[in-house]
Amino acid sequence: MSTLTELREITFAQAVNEALHEEMERDEKIILLGEDVAAAGGVWKLTEGLLDRFGADRVLDSPISEAGIAGVGVGAAMTGMRPIVEIMFGDFLTLVMDQLVNQAAKMYYMSGGRYKVPLVIRTTLGAGRRLAAQHSQSLQAWFAHIPGLKVVLPSTPYDAKGLLKTAIRDDNPVIFFEDKLMYQKKGRVPPASDPYTIPFGRADVKREGSDVTVVATSSMVYVALEAAETLAEEQISVEVIDPRTLTPLDQEGMVSSVTKTSRCLVIDEGYERFGVTAEIAAVISHRAFYALEAPVERIGAMNVPIPFSPILEDQTIPNVDRVVRAVRRLVKGNG
Amino acid sequence: MDLATSNQEASVFAHHDKEFLVSLYRQMVSIREFEEQVQDLYNRTLIPGIAHLSSGQEAVAVGVCSALESDDYITSTHRGHGHCIAKGADMGRMFAELFGKVDGYCRGKGGSMHIANQDVGNLGANAIVGAGLSLATGAGLGAKLQKTTRVSVCFFGDGALNQGILLESMNMAALWRLPVIYVCENNQYGEYLPMERVTAGDVTKRGDAFGIPSMRGDGMNVLAVHESAKSAIERARAGHGPSFLVLDTYRYYGHGMSDRNRAYRSREEERHWRETRDPIKNFATMLLEHGLLTASSLALIETEVREQTLAAIEFGNNSPFPPPEEVTQHVYAD
Repeated sequence: MSTLTELREITFAQAVNEALHEEMERDEKIILLGEDVAAAGGVWKLTEGLLDRFGADRVLDSPISEAGIAGVGVGAAMTGMRPIVEIMFGDFLTLVMDQLVNQAAKMYYMSGGRYKVPLVIRTTLGAGRRLAAQHSQSLQAWFAHIPGLKVVLPSTPYDAKGLLKTAIRDDNPVIFFEDKLMYQKKGRVPPASDPYTIPFGRADVKREGSDVTVVATSSMVYVALEAAETLAEEQISVEVIDPRTLTPLDQEGMVSSVTKTSRCLVIDEGYERFGVTAEIAAVISHRAFYALEAPVERIGAMNVPIPFSPILEDQTIPNVDRVVRAVRRLVKGNG
Repeated sequence: MDLATSNQEASVFAHHDKEFLVSLYRQMVSIREFEEQVQDLYNRTLIPGIAHLSSGQEAVAVGVCSALESDDYITSTHRGHGHCIAKGADMGRMFAELFGKVDGYCRGKGGSMHIANQDVGNLGANAIVGAGLSLATGAGLGAKLQKTTRVSVCFFGDGALNQGILLESMNMAALWRLPVIYVCENNQYGEYLPMERVTAGDVTKRGDAFGIPSMRGDGMNVLAVHESAKSAIERARAGHGPSFLVLDTYRYYGHGMSDRNRAYRSREEERHWRETRDPIKNFATMLLEHGLLTASSLALIETEVREQTLAAIEFGNNSPFPPPEEVTQHVYAD
């Protein structure tokens, strides 16, 4: 672990790019496959420089064939490669459900522990870019529902780099979700010489507090932190905890935070109904029941397709105002 | 059989030694016997779940796999027992898998539709129609990038011709010149419908459209299958990319165990295939005609195979069930 003075400020996008460079340098079995990942350097410019450095055998521009490239990734992973497949928008994961859910997730189990599938799917989540219903969803809950998959939701450049390296080294299929709105967010990251990784299943306290625990995933961490600032002015001390991975899920980390604060709000940008927030709320309600002063609250996306018009879209996702009101309700019994 | 075919056959025979030809015969008999025993065990409710039998299709599995090396890859289908045997599986471990026992290839976690055998490159049967197409293509990519000369064979049924993943997979294999051989086992029926009811056009043109050499051949003739597969495999190994073989064959039984009356086709049609096209019977006739085997040595092979199969059933049956705590093992690799 580097000291703070050594840390640089880089963007989330740069952090992902660095992790890809460093891992591909380390292990020649790693290949990158996706739409416009090579010559164009990715539509989000996250894969820039990889083609020049590693060549067209390892950085492959694919046809627009999401199911095909995911399946090719599974087959290559079963036969000795460590593919990273980019699915440009999380919404396009709907096209690769067989390859991920029936094939990748189950192969190790179905084969009685013979075929490993060391595959990383890098994809995006999140509304707010005015991209409407088919480019804005946050579908992480679907994959967290499936045994055999791991689901990672980094929120900071530091986490993105460390978790992506762990994902690439993992022998299981990992779905790595990046919020498109976070790509230009800056954060402190150790120098490239520091080979740090972040283990899965370790929640991270993003802000310490004593009155309420807000469990927040991905970009919802920033919503929670901003709300915490506002609430601090009202003498409400908010602890923000980021699970960082949904599978595995750090139940202990969240439960011990709630045991301390006795109140909990869970926010995630996926649909609220049957969503990530429901699962985490259930875990906390069950395991921290006797410490709770109030029922666990949760906020997810509204249960509607994400609309285009900004005035409509902005209502659908959790925002600072709703978080502030929910926390006040938890603490004072009114919003 | 006309004279030209007969002459061709004779010259093909001359290319192979007796041992090889007899091994093809023995493998086809083994698959047939395996499937007959599976049918019997299901009828006696000794095997749980469902199974899809490949009786009638033996020449495809044996003809193709006999042209492969043991470290080449295959992907198989829900009707995959024949591929598994032809790729070198032990029947005892296969029966153990069908019984749900711990000595099965998947420790009883896969069953009939998911048998895989990593020791010989069998990437597994697959219960999703067409799913093997992209997996086999990925194995071809892996073989190429790791600079091996391995090839990858994708077995799929005529039903899978109409899955979109076929187009996606063939396109990438052709673009990247991957060592993949797409083998369509056209057994004439996708579940309960004849192929022509659900499949438009000349199917070999689907491969042609990508510039993939594509041919249609007799899937009931093990040597013809072997020769076609061999040239496709050599082409792939030499780095010239994928091929597409459509092999016409016939499924003697119904789609699965519950398809017993097969109302979608006539008994007469079934009799025709069994009596005039049977891959085992016809190959036996040729072995006899060429003086490679006598009737008594054919009978001896059948007896030996029967004994081996019964011993395999006994092994599978005697194997213990997996300990209950295995239910949570192998969800994730450490």
